[in-house]
Amino acid sequence: MTSPDTSVPGASALRQTGRLFTLAASVVALTFRRPFQVRELIQQFYFIASVSILPTALVSIPFGAVIALQVGSLATQLGAQSLTGGASVLAVVQQASPMIVALIISGAAGSAICADLGSRTIREEMDAMEVMGVSPIQRLVVPRVLACVGVSVLLNGLVSVVGVAGGYFFNVLMQDGTPGAYLASFSALAQLPDLYVSEAKALLFGLIAGIVASYRGLNPAPGPKGVGDAVNQSVVITFLLLFFVNLTMTAIYLEVVPPKGS
Amino acid sequence: MGIEVTVEGLSKAFGPQTIWRDVTLTLPAGEVSVMLGPSGTGKTVFLKSLIGLLKPETGRVLVDGVDMVNDPDRKVFAMRKKFGLMFQDGAMFGSMNLYDNIAFPLREHTRKTEKEIRRIVLEQMDVVGLLGEERKLPGQISGGMRKRAGLARALVMDPEIILCDEPDSGLDPVRTAYISQLLIDVNARIDATMLIVTHNIEIASTVPDNIGMLFLRDLVAFGPREVLLTSEEPVVGQFLRGNRHGPIGMTEEKDAAKLEEEARAADTLGPVRPIHIPPQLRPSPGLPARAAEARHAAAVDAILPTLSHAAQHAIRENRAHLNQTGGLT
Repeated sequence: MTSPDTSVPGASALRQTGRLFTLAASVVALTFRRPFQVRELIQQFYFIASVSILPTALVSIPFGAVIALQVGSLATQLGAQSLTGGASVLAVVQQASPMIVALIISGAAGSAICADLGSRTIREEMDAMEVMGVSPIQRLVVPRVLACVGVSVLLNGLVSVVGVAGGYFFNVLMQDGTPGAYLASFSALAQLPDLYVSEAKALLFGLIAGIVASYRGLNPAPGPKGVGDAVNQSVVITFLLLFFVNLTMTAIYLEVVPPKGS
Repeated sequence: MGIEVTVEGLSKAFGPQTIWRDVTLTLPAGEVSVMLGPSGTGKTVFLKSLIGLLKPETGRVLVDGVDMVNDPDRKVFAMRKKFGLMFQDGAMFGSMNLYDNIAFPLREHTRKTEKEIRRIVLEQMDVVGLLGEERKLPGQISGGMRKRAGLARALVMDPEIILCDEPDSGLDPVRTAYISQLLIDVNARIDATMLIVTHNIEIASTVPDNIGMLFLRDLVAFGPREVLLTSEEPVVGQFLRGNRHGPIGMTEEKDAAKLEEEARAADTLGPVRPIHIPPQLRPSPGLPARAAEARHAAAVDAILPTLSHAAQHAIRENRAHLNQTGGLT
C-alpha cells in the first residue's frame, strides 16, 4: 500500500500509529487462525524466558529493597511503621513489578526480536515467505508476541514475590520492623484486585513490547543501519508507551476499585 | 498445465517516480517468456507486482480469475501457492540449512510425511546439483549455489507459474548454460508458465518462446522470440547487440544532441555485431516434448502473415531445425 502524499504536520505519525494498530489487530486475528505455530512459540518462549529471568530477578531485589527502605523511613516519621509492609507491597505489586518486567522484556527480548525480524526483512526473507503463501505475521510475529505476553505474565509473579521478599528482608533486618506487623499490614491494605491489575498490566505491557518490536522489525529503513535504528527506536517507543499506559491504567484502577477498608 | 497470466494496463510509481506505465501483455499458459531490459528499468518490480508483493497503482494482473493487485489478501495468498519465485540472491532463510529451506514450502502447505518430503527435497537438490550440501547454511555457500537452492525451493511445490529473477547474475557462462537447459527441462516436465527476468542475451535468445522488453517506463515490445530478435526497433536492436549505438545511454535515455554527436563519430563506438538467431533449446533426451511448443506454434501460425519478412524467415529456420532434431509433431 502506498500512502497519499500529504503535508499536514503529524500525518506521518498518525499513519505509523494506524499501522501499529493494524498489526496488533492482525496479530490478534491470526492467533486464532490455524495452523498454530507451536514449535516456534515454544522456542521463542524459551528464548525470551532465558534472556529475561535472571536480569529481572536481579533488578527486582534492590528495587523492592529501595521501596521498602523509602516507604519504611517515611512511615516511621509519620508514626505508621506498622503499615510499612502493606504500603511497600502495594507499590511493588502494582507499579514496580509490571514495569520492571516490561522494561526488561522490551530491552532484552524486544530488541532481539526487532533485530531478528529486521535483518530478515532487509534480506528479503519476509518477501520470500509471503511469496510461498505463508504469512510472516502468522508464522513469525504471532509466536513472538504471544511469547512476550506469556513470559511477562509469568515473570510478573516472580518479580512480585522476589520484590516483596526483598522488602521484607530489608524492613525487618535493617529498619527494625517486626515480622508480624509487616505481614499483618498486607491484609490491612492490600487486596486481591491489586494482584489482578498487576497481571493485567504485565499482559498489556508484554503485548506492547512484542507488537512494537515486531512492527519496527517489519518496517526498517533500508540497509543494516536501518535495522540498528529500528531496534533503537523500538526500545524507546516501547518505554514511552509503557509509562503512558501505566499512568492511564493506574488512574482508571484507582477510580474503579475502592481502596480496602473504605 | 500452467496458468495463463494476463496483465492489463499496469502502472507503478514510487512517489513521483514512474517505474513503468500501462503495461499490457499475456503470458500464454505453459510457455516460457523472457522480460529484457537495461538495469534499473523495473524488471524486478514487475516480477514482484505479478505475484502481489508490490501493489501497482492502476491495472490488473489476472491469474485464474484472481486479481493479484486488488483482490483481498486471503485470495492472493491462496493463489501464491501456485507460484514459484526464484529471487535474485536466493532469499534463503539464513537460520535454516539448505535442506530445511527447500523443505519449508512442503512442511507449511502439505501434509506429507517427513519421508516423502525427504524424497522430494533430495530429488530437487539433485536436479539443481546440490546433493550433499543439505546441512550447509546459506551463509556458507557461494552466490551461485544460493541461486540454485532458490530454484530448488521454487520447484518443490510443482508450481504452475514460475518466475525467475535474473537466474544468470553471478553465474559463469557454463553454469548459465546449465541453468538455461534446466529451465527448459523443468518446463517440459511440469508444463508451467514461466517468466524469466534477465539482461543476459544468451538466455533471451535460446530459452524462451516469447520475449518482452522494458525500456524507459514502457513495455517496448512483447511477442514471439523470433519477432523480437529480428526487430527493427532501435532500442531492441541496441540491447541485443550490446553496444553503444542507439538510444540507451549510461544513465537513461540519451538526449538529441548526444545522439547527433554520436552519429558523427560512429566509428568510435565499436563494431556493430550482427544478431545471430540460434535455434531454441530442446528438453534433454529422455524428457517428454514440451506441450507448450505445439500451442505456441499454433498461436504463431495464426499471426504469421502479419509478421516481418525477417521474423517469418527466422521462424521457419527454427522449425526446420526442430524437425531435424525430432521436434514438432
